[in-house]
Amino acid sequence: MSIFVKFTIDGQICLAEEGKQLIEAAKENNIYIPTLCNFSGIPPKGSCRICTVLINGKPATACTTKVSENMDIKTSTEELENFRKAVIELLFIEGNHFCPSCEKSGNCELQALAYRYKIMAPQFPYLFPKRSIEAWHPKLIKDHNRCILCKRCIRGIKNEQGKSIFAYGKRGENLEINIDKETSKNISDELAQKCMDICPVGAILVKEKGFTVPIGKRKYDYNPIGSDIEKK
Amino acid sequence: MGNTINAIIKKYNGDETRLMDILLDVQTELGFINDWTVEQISKSLDIPQVEILQTLSFYHFFHREPRGKYTIYLNDSVVSNFYGKEEIKKVFEEELGIKTGQVTPDGLIGLFETACIGMSDQEPAALINEHPFPSLTPDKVKNIVKLMKEKKSIEDIKGNKYGEGNNSHYLMRSLVNNNIREKGAVIFSDYTPGEAVKKIVKELSSTDVIEELKKSYLRGRGGAGFPTGLKWEIARKAKGDIKYIFCNADEGEPGTFKDRVILTELPKLVFEGMIIAGYAVGAKYGILYLRNEYRYMKNYLEHVLQEMREEGLLGSFINGKKGFDFDIRIQCGAGAYVCGEESALIESAEGKRGEPRDRPPFPVESGYLNKPTVVNNVETFCTAVKIILNGAEWYNKMGTKESKGTKVLSISGDCERPGIYELEWGFSVNDILKKAGAKTQDVLAVQVGGPSGNCISEKEFNRILAYEDLSTGGSLIIISKKRDLIKDVVLNFQHFFKEESCGSCVPCRTLTVIYEKIIKKIVDGKGTKSDIDNLLSWAAFMKNNRCGLGQTAANPTISTIKNFRQLYEEKVKGNIELFNPDFDENSAIKDYMEVVNKK
Repeated sequence: MSIFVKFTIDGQICLAEEGKQLIEAAKENNIYIPTLCNFSGIPPKGSCRICTVLINGKPATACTTKVSENMDIKTSTEELENFRKAVIELLFIEGNHFCPSCEKSGNCELQALAYRYKIMAPQFPYLFPKRSIEAWHPKLIKDHNRCILCKRCIRGIKNEQGKSIFAYGKRGENLEINIDKETSKNISDELAQKCMDICPVGAILVKEKGFTVPIGKRKYDYNPIGSDIEKK
Repeated sequence: MGNTINAIIKKYNGDETRLMDILLDVQTELGFINDWTVEQISKSLDIPQVEILQTLSFYHFFHREPRGKYTIYLNDSVVSNFYGKEEIKKVFEEELGIKTGQVTPDGLIGLFETACIGMSDQEPAALINEHPFPSLTPDKVKNIVKLMKEKKSIEDIKGNKYGEGNNSHYLMRSLVNNNIREKGAVIFSDYTPGEAVKKIVKELSSTDVIEELKKSYLRGRGGAGFPTGLKWEIARKAKGDIKYIFCNADEGEPGTFKDRVILTELPKLVFEGMIIAGYAVGAKYGILYLRNEYRYMKNYLEHVLQEMREEGLLGSFINGKKGFDFDIRIQCGAGAYVCGEESALIESAEGKRGEPRDRPPFPVESGYLNKPTVVNNVETFCTAVKIILNGAEWYNKMGTKESKGTKVLSISGDCERPGIYELEWGFSVNDILKKAGAKTQDVLAVQVGGPSGNCISEKEFNRILAYEDLSTGGSLIIISKKRDLIKDVVLNFQHFFKEESCGSCVPCRTLTVIYEKIIKKIVDGKGTKSDIDNLLSWAAFMKNNRCGLGQTAANPTISTIKNFRQLYEEKVKGNIELFNPDFDENSAIKDYMEVVNKK
């Protein structure tokens, strides 16, 4: 039998199963905590830091936090919202993101968050890194310009033999996500599609397929990200 | 070559968690690790190539292409630069006919730079094929290059002027000096190996050991200051039949070198501390994580471990006590500052990239191979032995209210007597300047606790080093008034953090690049007042990074803006805010000009 715990988010009393991921627990209580690297069903890894909240006054990522009795959570303080805005801007300036020409435009979580946070021009200088596009794979394209290094593909994708297909390479500003030549060799069309779908941006694309859902009919074209949770 | 690789993998029983050792051994044998080698290792261990590359490409001492029969890593630390590193670099480049980052056309000698190698008391220094060459001069460099061109062995190139103490041990033969300037009552006091183990076996239960440590108020010496007794107690109570004791000898904080000296002169004291921790916690395995820069000590330390096995201090039935089994292995790193963070260190010891873990769970609950793991600093283990031998009461008589006992300090920079000082807690920065032979009137700043610490000005030299005032892992870099603080110190530190970020958290990965860029802009005279204000306000975003590295990576900038703002303002004086003084028309249109074939 599951035990329910009571906790507060920005003063609002919430209920959820004990030990539930805070992101999910908040969702059940109609509260949206912005996330990027988190993906339902795969282990969390607190990489993007966007879901940082205050737990009893201390900063912690909501994706790696499990709810417990009497937890006091703050998520919409001015400082935290400024921080989230900064993270989104940092992701834009560290890569090369040209939304109008991107297959994921309208379905992209980074773009959607930028709209939600009303970002016009970033406060940080653009870094304009030189990054490549890999197209050697028969089914996938890996566009390093758009990759936000969130690790979703690394954590969530295994081939039919249970082996990893993606992994990090290098570190720091040179960090990248690479595709394994051997383990990715014979992936099915379904798995290739799953790789694209797990990516929050347009860094992993399925080859020879594009704009099957036209612009204007995409996920975030009319409603901001998170609004489905808040409107319930 | 295939046989060599297979033999190495067999040595580690094909265990993928020993990937660091496998890669280190393969590189020692083959000189570098290319795609073909990665493929072989991948087949043998049955893990994807991309995962091997994930570990391999994380550490800067692993090479993907040949780096010369002799590989020189010149130390690019702040203190090395104070002591003429640029001149040494110039002589190396002239004598070799190559630039830094290149290998001679015949493939004989490669010249590279690396972050602080733990020799700040004898700079400029370099590592050549993992052997330290401290106190370099232009003449020494010329001679070294001459001998390398004659293809002499590394032993011949070193010569025989070994450092004092165990540095001259036949398994080390190192040119490094200890420079112990002051011995205190705890670490560098008289010591007979094995006595503490004998005492616990005879008189103390595991809980007694923990109680004694708790009574002593011993706090971790790595910098964070967590109470050691409490850490051991949590690990003891943690569920799990297998537990581990880790000694963190990944001393990477620039300007820190105390662990180098302790490991050289008192390895048995360190290992005995680990044995006692094993007894208290109920762990049978210990791992000493040794930074790659100190790999020159490995054979010597292995020898010491073997001696201790023969003396009955390691192995089964320690001191004849049934059930008291403990042994230690040495895990070498491969060049990554972030591995000094305990959970990154554990990841690295498991053969992975050194990426800090999310907490909770803490290592004491779930650490190495997901078992309860105690990670303590070299100095902490040494102190624990002395507390067991002399009692908490003896220990509590030394130090201040919240900081008991002594602290081993690494002092370097602009002073007459750089080196190791073991002092009772409660000394002021002024006391240290005096001891080290630095005239207060000549000192501009003191960097306390390395780049992740605090850069203080004259106004604070009367502050006390203690957990309750100026807390430190133990390094002080003295910076004289003849230095350009922003150019010589801050820029170097920000570059260091950019290079050493693991890259996992967005603010750390990206802001470290921006901080270095803007400091460079200010140093070049192209900054504006708003740059200074931005640097200060953006620092708040760093607090939400996962680990200590990320959380402190803006400290070099913010502590100097707070304490030396006028130095920044002088550099941006006269630059008009409305324009971007950093804008250069020619470089902005360079690509266009190339496309249209104009120069």
